[in-house]
Amino acid sequence: MTDRATPAAPKGDPASGTVAHRRTSYNDFVIRFANVNGSGSASANGMFAKALFRMGIPVATRNIFPSNIEGLPTWFEVRVSEKGYAGRREGIDIMVAMNAETFTEDIESIVAGGYLLYDNSKELDVRLRRSDINLVGVPISQLVLPEFPNPKHRALFKNIVYLGALSALINIDFEVITGMVSAQYKGKDDLIAPNIHALQIGRNYVLDYLDGPLPIQVRYSNAASDKILVDGNAAAAIGAIYGGATVCAWYPITPSTSLAEAFEQYCNRLRVDDNGERNFAIIQAEDELAAMGIVIGAGWNGARAFTATSGPGLSLMTEFLGLAYFAEIPAVLWDIQRAGPSTGMPTRTQQGDLLSAAYASHGDTRHPLLFPSTPNECFDFAVTALDLADRLQTPILVMSDLELGMNDNMADPFTWDDARRLDRGKVLRADDLEKIETFGRYLDVDGDGIGYRTLPGTHPEKGAFFTRGTSRDEYAAYTEAPEAYSANMDRLLKKWETARELVPAPVLEDEGRAVGIMFYGTTALPIPEALDRLAEDGVELDTMRIRSFPFTDDVRDFIDTHEIVFLAEQNRDAQMKTLLVNDLGVDPSRIDSVLYYGGFSISADTIYEQVSAKLVQYNVPRLRAVGGGGGRGAVPRKGREYRR
Amino acid sequence: MTFVAKPRVRHPLLPVNELGLTRRDYEGSVSTLCAGCGHDSVSAAIVQACAELSLPPHKFAKVSGIGCSSKTPSYFLSHSHGFNSVHGRMPSVATGANLANRELYCIGVSGDGDSASIGIGQFAHIVRRRINMLYIVDNNGTYGLTKGQFSATNDKGSTSKRGVPNLYEPIDLVSMALQIGASFVARSFSGDKRQLVPLIQAGLMHKGFAFIDVISPCVAFNNHNGSTKSYDYVRGHTERLVSADYIAAGEEITVDYESGMLEDVAMPDGSTLRLRKVDEDYDPRDRVQALTQVQRSAEAGEVVTGLLYVDADAADCHDVLGTPATPLNALDDSVLCPGAEALEGVNAQLR
Ligand SMILES: Cc1ncc(C[n+]2csc(CCOP(=O)(O)OP(=O)(O)O)c2C)c(N)n1
Ligand code: SF4
Ligand SMILES: [Mg+2]
Repeated sequence: MTDRATPAAPKGDPASGTVAHRRTSYNDFVIRFANVNGSGSASANGMFAKALFRMGIPVATRNIFPSNIEGLPTWFEVRVSEKGYAGRREGIDIMVAMNAETFTEDIESIVAGGYLLYDNSKELDVRLRRSDINLVGVPISQLVLPEFPNPKHRALFKNIVYLGALSALINIDFEVITGMVSAQYKGKDDLIAPNIHALQIGRNYVLDYLDGPLPIQVRYSNAASDKILVDGNAAAAIGAIYGGATVCAWYPITPSTSLAEAFEQYCNRLRVDDNGERNFAIIQAEDELAAMGIVIGAGWNGARAFTATSGPGLSLMTEFLGLAYFAEIPAVLWDIQRAGPSTGMPTRTQQGDLLSAAYASHGDTRHPLLFPSTPNECFDFAVTALDLADRLQTPILVMSDLELGMNDNMADPFTWDDARRLDRGKVLRADDLEKIETFGRYLDVDGDGIGYRTLPGTHPEKGAFFTRGTSRDEYAAYTEAPEAYSANMDRLLKKWETARELVPAPVLEDEGRAVGIMFYGTTALPIPEALDRLAEDGVELDTMRIRSFPFTDDVRDFIDTHEIVFLAEQNRDAQMKTLLVNDLGVDPSRIDSVLYYGGFSISADTIYEQVSAKLVQYNVPRLRAVGGGGGRGAVPRKGREYRR
Repeated sequence: MTFVAKPRVRHPLLPVNELGLTRRDYEGSVSTLCAGCGHDSVSAAIVQACAELSLPPHKFAKVSGIGCSSKTPSYFLSHSHGFNSVHGRMPSVATGANLANRELYCIGVSGDGDSASIGIGQFAHIVRRRINMLYIVDNNGTYGLTKGQFSATNDKGSTSKRGVPNLYEPIDLVSMALQIGASFVARSFSGDKRQLVPLIQAGLMHKGFAFIDVISPCVAFNNHNGSTKSYDYVRGHTERLVSADYIAAGEEITVDYESGMLEDVAMPDGSTLRLRKVDEDYDPRDRVQALTQVQRSAEAGEVVTGLLYVDADAADCHDVLGTPATPLNALDDSVLCPGAEALEGVNAQLR
């Protein structure tokens, strides 16, 4: 059917007489599936994304799901982008509307010229019609009724039918999909035929009755051909295995659960000896306090350990985090952030835990934070965090979020250098102890604020010490002497400065422009698209992607050397800005926040619009009017004051 | 390279154990607890138990929460590492420590406030996780360190130092441990070293979770008339049910003509637990009977002591998890890190 020259309005639909503008594109659109939670749509939707990916087309998926097991609305969105834009873009080009409850809002969310794929077994309510979108009706219920007598199967196969219909509508290579079905049901062969049959029902209907394909369609590409498709939590779990983690303690909480579960799955595959021995220990603890305690106990005893949690769990872990900070015990915590405060919006994304993570616990406590943006960074930071925790003898908190953790994203294949050695930090073994005169656990021998530790059971006479959350001297003896206490606190500050040198540096694109934008974590995803749109308007921005706290000197330099500095983040209170002000002492008025905290991941549109509006306020000249033609790179170089 | 404690030149009058070590080698720093505090007797019993067993004094992981009782790991086994963690959370720290290195003898010391109030959740869960450790609660019915508030193990009607009666029901950790599946449950009294030392030995050598609730009077806040955790009250109301002796593998088992019924329990490592029962009908391998007995006695105002329950063949957490004999903290990077080739396989599945 691809050879049908002009894709006309679908001929089988009563509404096909509409003269809506028809959006056209190859490999560049947003498709959203509106489903009922628990209706089995996830597997069909996942296959859809994977099929495009297998055709070499970059995809970014987003699950917009409720805190519910069955019955509530759920959406699955795929950003298809030849350019590789992975962030969210507002407006739906193709809506697959399979949930009666949300039908009205789903139709409203389609952009003008977009397409509504719906089940026209029943005629569409006239009140819902929009003259500016294109209707694509497939009588899915009617089609499955005679084919699948079992009502339960029928409901499931509806999902497969629309997948089949889509294959014809947007030109997905049918063999790719059937191949995936066969692979998915390998071993359950009796399921393959009915699934392929359901695919064909949908596909044939489109081929026979509708005029396709749609002007929005896909075609084979090379853009994603050497990539993998993975979510951040799985990437982190695999990284933790490569980073030598042997103990994982956790308590179920969305959106972090899948990290611990993936760790178990991959451990079962990668960490079981030939004789069946399992070189790992995973404990589903009774709560997050215990999860953190287990990690600390293991870290104290020399095993690499981590936990994964989200905001409410982080709150519970704070007392223990303070202990690990003060007693100087390695620990790694993955915070897969969700929208707070309190239970907030538990299945929505946010970057709202920065302050509670950075300063978790009472007293003068602070913890290094890492901010991964991609699955590749989740993998890398999983290793880095374990190394840093051992090197710095302190908790390292990795600040991911639901957007990154739970959605399949395109990534480069993971790589590992077999020559790489894990950095276990300063641990004295028995023969080291033999060589030294005196051992003081908290002596700053190297001047970097980090003492040498010993593990329990190392030596019969030397190196044993008592670990405590109470004040102690350099030899780990309890003391409340003001000098000893202050000296210890000051050494911890020195260690903080050492951390500054060791944490991942920001990623900079600094061309000496006058305007710069800073961002971190998943706020980075829509940035390329937002910047391209700003560039079309004649404004180019330097960028800095912050990857850790404490901040390196590059961060200060970036702020100092740009006339206008934006900081985009996904929380209400500009938490990263507070950290910058606290840690670097920068003037708060130097940083202009771009904020979004609605619970979806921040979109390119939001960034574009907020920055554009601010640039108008700043009176930044550009080469051409917004939306007009013209050259690029219009913003003058540094040297002029644009600030209010 | 392996390191074993070297026999050292000793005061000729101090008896040495099989490692050539004296009791001093098992001691800790000087206690800062009140003179006469029951907790110090428990520490002394631990010292004696470990010395007599000739265990290497650096091969322990000592863990505790917060409280006077939780301070005590400083006061024994100073050649071993100790970890005084946070209030009520010792069980999780012990779990992590034991997962990391299963070769160490893990001793946890907690208080009744630490384990029966703030930490009751963690206490329950470490029992069901079957962590291989000896878990001792120095039970004084009060919060010693915060100056004498009632704890959750304080008996209803027992009075505070100022004469105010406790109005709430007590929590019995022994019953809890029995009910949740501990494989070794004992109760003792800090003033009864003869009973306590062998119990500690048996608990240390037991594979699995061994719990000893030691009634350990607080002389500062809960040792008055009217308290059911005072030295006098406990002495007058204990009923020794089953005494236990630990007999190491290969050691000669001598015939004992003392009164009471003897029963030998074979331990998996070849050693023997010799139980001396007061009541012929009591079977310390019957969990339900143990629970019934403990509660009946409590109702009668009696405190039963001794080894109340033991399952010598129980699995521990490492058995459940299927971990290797090599401690997880000693696994080489080459074992832990699957390498580049395996990662290619992972990538292939994600394409
Ligand atoms: C989170 C927290 N809450 C309260 C305290 C204060 N506190 C210290 S010790 C203690 C009670 C200890 O009682 P117990 O465990 O019975 O030990 P004991 O001193 O009687 O041996 C309390 C409440 C604390 N350290 N931490
Ligand atoms: S206050 Fe009580 S428990 Fe604490 S040391 Fe003194 S006697 Fe012991
Ligand atoms: Mg107490």
